[in-house]
Amino acid sequence: MSWPDLATLDASQAFWTIVVGAISNTCCAVLGCYLVLRRLSLLGDAISHAILPGIVVAFLLTGQTASWPMLLGAATVGVLTTVVTHALHASGNVPEDASMGVVFTSLFALGVVLIALAPSNVDLDLDCVLMGRLEEVTFPEPWLGFEVPLKFPSLLAVLGATAAFVALFWKELKIASFDPALATAMGISAAVVHYLLMGMVAVVTVAAFDAVGSVLVIAMLIVPAATAHLLTDRLGWMVGWAVVVAIISAVLGYLGDVYFDTGVAGMMAVGAGSQLLLAVFLAPRHGLLSKLWHRFMLALRIVSEDLLAVLYRFEEATSETRTAGVPWNLCRRVAGGGLAAWLAAPLLWWRGELRVAAGRLWLTQQGRRNAQSLVRSHRLWEVFLGEYFQLPLDHLHESAERIEHFIGPKLQERLASDLHQPGRDPHGKEIPVVKDADNDTSRGRE
Amino acid sequence: MILDVHNVTVAYHRKPVLWDIDLTLQRPSLVGIVGPNGAGKSTLIKAILGLVPLASGRVTLFGQSCQKQRRLIGYVPQRESVDWDFPVSVLDVVLMGTYGGLGWFRRPRRAQRDWALECLRRVGLADLAGRQIGQLSGGQQQRTFLARAIAQRAEIYFMDEPMAGVDAATERVVFELLGELREQGKTVLVVHHDLRTVAEYFEQVVMLNMRLVAAGPTCTTFTHDNLAKTYGGRLGILDDAAEALAARERSV
Amino acid sequence: MIDYNTAVVLAGTSMLGAGAGLIGTFAVLRGRALLGDALGHAALPGVCLGFLLLGRRSLAAMLVGAWLSGVLGILVVAGLRRATRIKEDAAIGIVLSVFFGAGLALSRYIQTQATQGSKAGLDSYIFGKAAGMLQGDLLWISAAALAALLAVVALFKEFRLVTFDGGFARVQGWPAASLDLLLMGLVSLIVVIGLPAVGAVLVAALLILPAAAARFWTERLGMMLVVAGSFGLVMGAAGTAISAHVSRAPTGPIIVLVGTCLFGASALFAPRRGAVARWIDHVRFRRRLRGQAMWRAVYELIEPRFPAIRPIAIDELAHRTSYTPAQLRRVLRQAEMNDLLIRRPDGRYLPTAAGLAQAARVTRGYRLWERFLTEQPELTSTFARLDVESADSALSHEIVAELEAALRAEGRLP
Repeated sequence: MSWPDLATLDASQAFWTIVVGAISNTCCAVLGCYLVLRRLSLLGDAISHAILPGIVVAFLLTGQTASWPMLLGAATVGVLTTVVTHALHASGNVPEDASMGVVFTSLFALGVVLIALAPSNVDLDLDCVLMGRLEEVTFPEPWLGFEVPLKFPSLLAVLGATAAFVALFWKELKIASFDPALATAMGISAAVVHYLLMGMVAVVTVAAFDAVGSVLVIAMLIVPAATAHLLTDRLGWMVGWAVVVAIISAVLGYLGDVYFDTGVAGMMAVGAGSQLLLAVFLAPRHGLLSKLWHRFMLALRIVSEDLLAVLYRFEEATSETRTAGVPWNLCRRVAGGGLAAWLAAPLLWWRGELRVAAGRLWLTQQGRRNAQSLVRSHRLWEVFLGEYFQLPLDHLHESAERIEHFIGPKLQERLASDLHQPGRDPHGKEIPVVKDADNDTSRGRE
Repeated sequence: MILDVHNVTVAYHRKPVLWDIDLTLQRPSLVGIVGPNGAGKSTLIKAILGLVPLASGRVTLFGQSCQKQRRLIGYVPQRESVDWDFPVSVLDVVLMGTYGGLGWFRRPRRAQRDWALECLRRVGLADLAGRQIGQLSGGQQQRTFLARAIAQRAEIYFMDEPMAGVDAATERVVFELLGELREQGKTVLVVHHDLRTVAEYFEQVVMLNMRLVAAGPTCTTFTHDNLAKTYGGRLGILDDAAEALAARERSV
Repeated sequence: MIDYNTAVVLAGTSMLGAGAGLIGTFAVLRGRALLGDALGHAALPGVCLGFLLLGRRSLAAMLVGAWLSGVLGILVVAGLRRATRIKEDAAIGIVLSVFFGAGLALSRYIQTQATQGSKAGLDSYIFGKAAGMLQGDLLWISAAALAALLAVVALFKEFRLVTFDGGFARVQGWPAASLDLLLMGLVSLIVVIGLPAVGAVLVAALLILPAAAARFWTERLGMMLVVAGSFGLVMGAAGTAISAHVSRAPTGPIIVLVGTCLFGASALFAPRRGAVARWIDHVRFRRRLRGQAMWRAVYELIEPRFPAIRPIAIDELAHRTSYTPAQLRRVLRQAEMNDLLIRRPDGRYLPTAAGLAQAARVTRGYRLWERFLTEQPELTSTFARLDVESADSALSHEIVAELEAALRAEGRLP
């Protein structure tokens, strides 16, 4: 495994391999978004296996795949596969996944047998079925004055058809995928949209067959769409991201073949899978790491606020605390330990809400103000619970402990005014009045 | 004649879910459909809308078959089957209500968007328009689907347990809305699960237990006798319902 | 006489098929059919790695690699499903395609690095080559098939419980999770053992086809297991025999095609659940419903002026029932042929005495049902059936007598 000199790569072949790969991947990825959202991923899998016999027959008859009659035939087979699978499930009571399994393994087996039985001068073999032959498809042919690979015009046409399909039926696809019952009740027959989608999937599969073979088409249908689903909450963006992932997979596939000599299609699947893995961990809202990060930041915020509140309560209890401060260990234990607690104190010090000296902590003016606001929220909530729900005294504190962090100034105001500015909480403790920093007007008592 | 259901039977593997249902609605009204679990209430709505096959019988809406009257129908299906991870925002969902009027291929434009926002305003969700639907509470989700129904600008609405699992405040909002629709001359059929509020909310009631037990104005139809025929010996519910009836009678 | 090699291969594939049929039954019932497919595809990288690490074609190494890689795939599916918003079907598709892609890449890499023989060796794991089965392999296969059989026989009731209602099983104290794991372990065992014979792409068919076909023949799990096992055995044996004659085709697809024929025949011709049987039943059912509606309409048209009988026009019947005149014509003609109705020159129909009795009987049965359902609404879902004409057959004599009395009091008893 040596690292070939980039300069010696045939630029034209690199370009066309990547372009052809990118186009087929994009077509698959776009349609795949709807398959993934509608939980039809495996039906897409089934269709891509099921068209194999059709492709072989067409190849035996015409000597090439991806011709117009073949594409039309593929669409029909795609719809038929869906219909038969559905019929087996609905009328034959075969479980849904088993009916898919029956249909696609049978058709795929038929296709393989046909290939094996074909006369040996026919240029279609099993390897080709699995992985396509992107490495060979880049045989330049003249077209419109350019030198393009044989399959390029038809792939371009399929890309155009896919884009047109999705653009034209954008809202129909959206509503039929999200709420089929409503769609049908409205007159947008969900069944028609479904069969149209499956027909397109079959067409795209045939077109992509030369590039990636029928087994890896599944990767391109599902993986970019699943990755995109993790990255965004809007359907339009999801389709866009899926296209990006598809194109990157094509590039990675080519590079993988160049460096490791493994064939382009396999590395495209691996490339797509790697992007998915990255998204699973790093996606901004739905990735595992970002979820962990958000959870940690939340924990940090809660513990910091608890620390301030603890110091304030110490100050309430004994007046010497203002001068003597509170030992750091005691604070930490009362506020709840853990990693977040260790980080809370430095964070508060950095924000200027704490003073630290000789292992003891003091509240600064600003820290005291924030602590007062928190304790105010806590005790107002206790009054609220006590008055409106008549909860006994020992039920109040825990609920208030949890909610105090999420009561903002607006809600605090509303609570205070609804409860008519109470002075004390049900335990008898004084509800603090928070002075505003700038103009020294106080909230809570007018 | 708004709705005519004639001799409708729906069966699942030879077991009837609805048996020989005859139902007519002459005037716009608020109709509550009640019955025990498995009585076929959802199935009745689906049968009227053509979403399940009929073993026998026929349905006409405003004199024509359902397929021809799609534009006039608003449907709020049950909430359980929704995929909350679907990448659509609240506004997107409400906009779906306008698709029927747009027909194939056309996009929702400014006018539809404004109308959708107006519907959201009426249910009190205008400031959540951009949120993805999975981030809403149960009551807010239900109100979103209601806004979608209003956006459909239909003449007759079918709602399947719109109040299931929502808080009392949302339930109030829902019924105020239904009252508004009624004042505009629309007809609303609602599958309702809470017997105690039937008399308060609906002017007509359909009592169903696989067969049509009774149908008509609530004050004359929603009687103890008919309740017994619909629910059988489930005393707990009946007692509550009977009390509600009695309380209403006393207050009148 | 068959030669020794062929006998070995036949024995091997038959046992494999039988074991797959048994375990596949539980997998299909549990909704895990396509998980088996994912296992098969995910095993490929493991096979290649096994080859790479050992440098030669060692069945043991490759199968262990296959098993490890397949299990990793299943864990990834579970992980994706649990930790992200990716749904199960997408997760299966992802693992299936990405792992398989990695496997194909590895196999290509091996081919370009190593000698000619390795290509054929690895190919046989993708599409199967039962003919390459050696006696040593046969030992592994029999062991696996035997293990499957023993497990199913010993743990039949536990597997059945867990497959049908896992929650209930757990509540009753059964270790549902471990049993589930055991089941998945057996599935992966069958998949891995089946790889050399049928190949990674089609091994799922071994699990699915016999079980799905068996479902059409019986409603009982025990019988289903027997049928599935037999079908699997036939699949394996017949497929291998046929493929021995057609040496160019790999064995896997031919075995699968035999299975498809079995499935197709079952789906169409099985006695009660087959398509043909159900279609006939359906047609008869609709005809009976129509007949009943017609006779009831006849009775109701005559009832007001009974005992005077008047002729009835088709349009009146169409108006009363929900059928069109065209739909009613066939039933009317049938009644004419049975001398229940007489067709008059003006096109209207007159019921004979027998016809009147028929109408009365149908209407009585219907009104008994109606009355019963009104009196006992909470029993509707238990008793009501559309294909039972009269409540007589479903209810006890006392109840029927009560209902009749009530109807008579109303004047509605025919």
